[in-house]
Amino acid sequence: MKSEITIKTVRCKGCGICAAFCPKSVLAVSELGKIQVVNKEACIGCGQCELRCPDYAIFVDRVKEAAQ
Amino acid sequence: MERSFEQYFRQNHLPHLWCPGCGNGIAMKAIVQAVEKKGWSQDNTVIVSGIGCSSRASGYMDFDTLHTAHGRAIPFATGIKLANPDLNVIVITGDGDCTAIGGNHFIHGCRRNVDLTVIMFNNNIYGMTGGQASPTTPVGAKATTAPYGSVDRTFDACKLAEAAGATYVARSTAFHVQHMTNMIADGLDNKGFSFIEAMVQCPTAFGRKNRMGSPADMLKWMRDHAVMKAAWDKLSEEKREDKFPIGCLYSSQAIDYDAAYDQVIERAGGADK
Repeated sequence: MKSEITIKTVRCKGCGICAAFCPKSVLAVSELGKIQVVNKEACIGCGQCELRCPDYAIFVDRVKEAAQ
Repeated sequence: MERSFEQYFRQNHLPHLWCPGCGNGIAMKAIVQAVEKKGWSQDNTVIVSGIGCSSRASGYMDFDTLHTAHGRAIPFATGIKLANPDLNVIVITGDGDCTAIGGNHFIHGCRRNVDLTVIMFNNNIYGMTGGQASPTTPVGAKATTAPYGSVDRTFDACKLAEAAGATYVARSTAFHVQHMTNMIADGLDNKGFSFIEAMVQCPTAFGRKNRMGSPADMLKWMRDHAVMKAAWDKLSEEKREDKFPIGCLYSSQAIDYDAAYDQVIERAGGADK
């Protein structure tokens, strides 16, 4: 199971909630104060980041291996 | 990646103006997801809000919305519901708007058991006006008007709603997103006055003043201090000290205001429909 992370940068305010709740440290806030993916391979697609994002800026979709 | 809840937002108004890490966005998403769960149409649902950070939510939601006077969201909503009982009316209010400025309207809305669902975003402070102490600011917590800690005892809005006659009272937090959605959905189901207290973090006004850390730390504080109702009932008094219960805290059956008013019309000889 792989996952696809979509970030709507315009909406992101860089509060860091998603990064703090990510169990695999996939995300980090960039110098520009926006969230970015720093370790995509580690993502398990749990969706904790999307669940608590107050700005609806991050979305995680699980992708089946075969579909890739 | 398109999410179905996005259809309930006015896309041209996003991103919203709430501060980075503000919990209001989480609560607003919980509301639209509860509406989606119920399958309510956007044309048949009215969102009414008062004044304050929380009440900005009505501007971002793609329903028929009404942004009203400070503390007066419930009277406006009562009018809408009485004029057209077929509409689903949801009220979004804040802790100051609901329990201070609109405290009177709130208790009488509960007393009349009007078929409304009131969601109170509780951030424990007046955020928009610069961090003054609100009726839900915890005793000892700092605010710009209480630099040495608030001395006023705290309102428990859920107990207040229950005592005043609301027929569904629940509490949830921004950490427990799915739980909050379920609590709101149950409130929408209830025929009568439903009150849901949504605990949200205010990292800018409350968090900074009280050294609560980052928005994520404030969410973790909610995770560590909220106790589900079933577990809360078994807790001893001393263990309850710094905790608070979440879940459905009270529910009962009573005649709602529309039905009661229909009876009055009946007694008075009926009206032309």
